[in-house]
Amino acid sequence: MNGINWIQIVSIIGAVIAVSFGAIGPALGEGRAIAAAMDALARQPDAANNISRTLFVGLAMIETMAIYCLVIALLLLFANPFLH
Amino acid sequence: MIASPLLSPPLFSVGPLPITSQVVVTWVIIALIALLARWAGRSFKPQPGRIQTVAELFYSTLDNQIRDTLRTDPAPYLPFIACLFLFVLCANLSSLVPGIEAPTAHIETDAALALLVFCSIIVFGVRSRGLVGYLKSFADPSWVMLPLNLVESLTRTFSLMLRLFGNMMSGAFVIAIMVSLAGLFVPIPFMALDVLVGIIQAYIFAMLALVFIGAAIGETEKNSSKEKT
Repeated sequence: MNGINWIQIVSIIGAVIAVSFGAIGPALGEGRAIAAAMDALARQPDAANNISRTLFVGLAMIETMAIYCLVIALLLLFANPFLH
Repeated sequence: MIASPLLSPPLFSVGPLPITSQVVVTWVIIALIALLARWAGRSFKPQPGRIQTVAELFYSTLDNQIRDTLRTDPAPYLPFIACLFLFVLCANLSSLVPGIEAPTAHIETDAALALLVFCSIIVFGVRSRGLVGYLKSFADPSWVMLPLNLVESLTRTFSLMLRLFGNMMSGAFVIAIMVSLAGLFVPIPFMALDVLVGIIQAYIFAMLALVFIGAAIGETEKNSSKEKT
């Protein structure tokens, strides 16, 4: 087995690890955020507009972490700097 | 093998400029929105028809959203935010047309949109606070925060770009994998999910641009309008 094969194998494993472990934190965080928003909605249905807008913006912020991991995985798979 | 989402092969070239299919789709979307707006805006009456009712509903919803978020007069910000929302929405949903890829599923379109937001933040900030006031706002709590604020203004633009790109591209990817695995009707729920994600991402993109602009135009206007309410 020559060196290029090893780099490809390690890149694929790295991409898998990045996506799988990178999804854990944002998933937990989004779950907590939605639970808190549901709680707030149940207590104050009048503020539904305000709460849902803040929830969407906050979810987008949390989701950014997962998307960074996705981008790292894509870079490893399709634009690997060590292969060329 | 699925093609790399980071590459986009050129369709044809005008002189030295290679034109990709995303750019053509973008032009078509811009032309369609402009024609629709022109056609709908030609016949506004005191007694609204169907199209005018939809247009007024859209306008007043956005107007209220901007007023709630910025707590100031929404008139200077409405055209930009509405254009962003409409364009991103049409671009996200254009993947429903067979044979057309969503332009936002490629990183160049998202980079251009994020660059627009970045420049507009500066323009609105300078217009609202003046140049010195806007520059001073980077050292807001104390001068220690200066590098952090500078880096933040870059990274939030970057994450705005990556968020739209990642969501739309991963939706297209999931559908491609589903089509290659199982044939006829299996991808339909995923396409429905893609429509939902497209609408939500358009909303989030416009809302985040609005929140960033709101942070740039500062507190002075906010306080004066808070006393009113």
